[in-house]
Amino acid sequence: MKVRVVYFARYREALGRDGEQLEGDFKVVDDVRQALLEQGGDYLLLAEQNLMCACNQDLCKLDEPVREGDEVAFFPPVTGG
Amino acid sequence: MGVRVQQAAFDPGLEVNAMHAANVGVGAVVAFVGYVRDFNDGREVAGMLLEHYPGMTEKALGKIVVDASERWPLLKVEVLHRIGALEPGEPIVFVGVASAHRQAAFDACNFIMDYLKTRAPFWKKENTAQGAHWVEGKQSDQDAAGRW
Repeated sequence: MKVRVVYFARYREALGRDGEQLEGDFKVVDDVRQALLEQGGDYLLLAEQNLMCACNQDLCKLDEPVREGDEVAFFPPVTGG
Repeated sequence: MGVRVQQAAFDPGLEVNAMHAANVGVGAVVAFVGYVRDFNDGREVAGMLLEHYPGMTEKALGKIVVDASERWPLLKVEVLHRIGALEPGEPIVFVGVASAHRQAAFDACNFIMDYLKTRAPFWKKENTAQGAHWVEGKQSDQDAAGRW
């Protein structure tokens, strides 16, 4: 299955992209993250303890189920306000 | 109830007055305005860039407003957050809450800011004499949101 992954702020800059398509056998958001971590290099940022994630533009936890075509986002802690 | 995410500046005074306009049932308006400071974490700040997650930002703020409306008897809520390049002294965020009595408005305004700080997808990048850097999330903000 395919998902769209998007990055923001420090992650977006470090990865040099705002998003990408990813194909794999994903059941939950963490499977998507693990597939990226396996690519090593700058993707190791996604191992940060305080990483936040969203699925289809709703904040979620790493055990959130993912489905074909979902938009999965990874970003550092938010700092608005 | 309204959520606005915009680059343009806003006038906090006009926003406060609009909270009461045409509703004589409103007995209390509490408003929070956040501004860009010229100093943060020991560094002089020349300006900042506010990044956000288009689509999710509006959705996340909308959920926070609905959540607040379910917890307190509110007559009007307005959340306005700016994005893009901002300079010290400029307003970044406005949260206005109107209710019949003050306690609901005070509490709901506080709640909305605590949730916005920890759940709305905005990120600040500060420009300083030492270069530009991303502002780190604070544990104190997490703790503040946790009390609700």
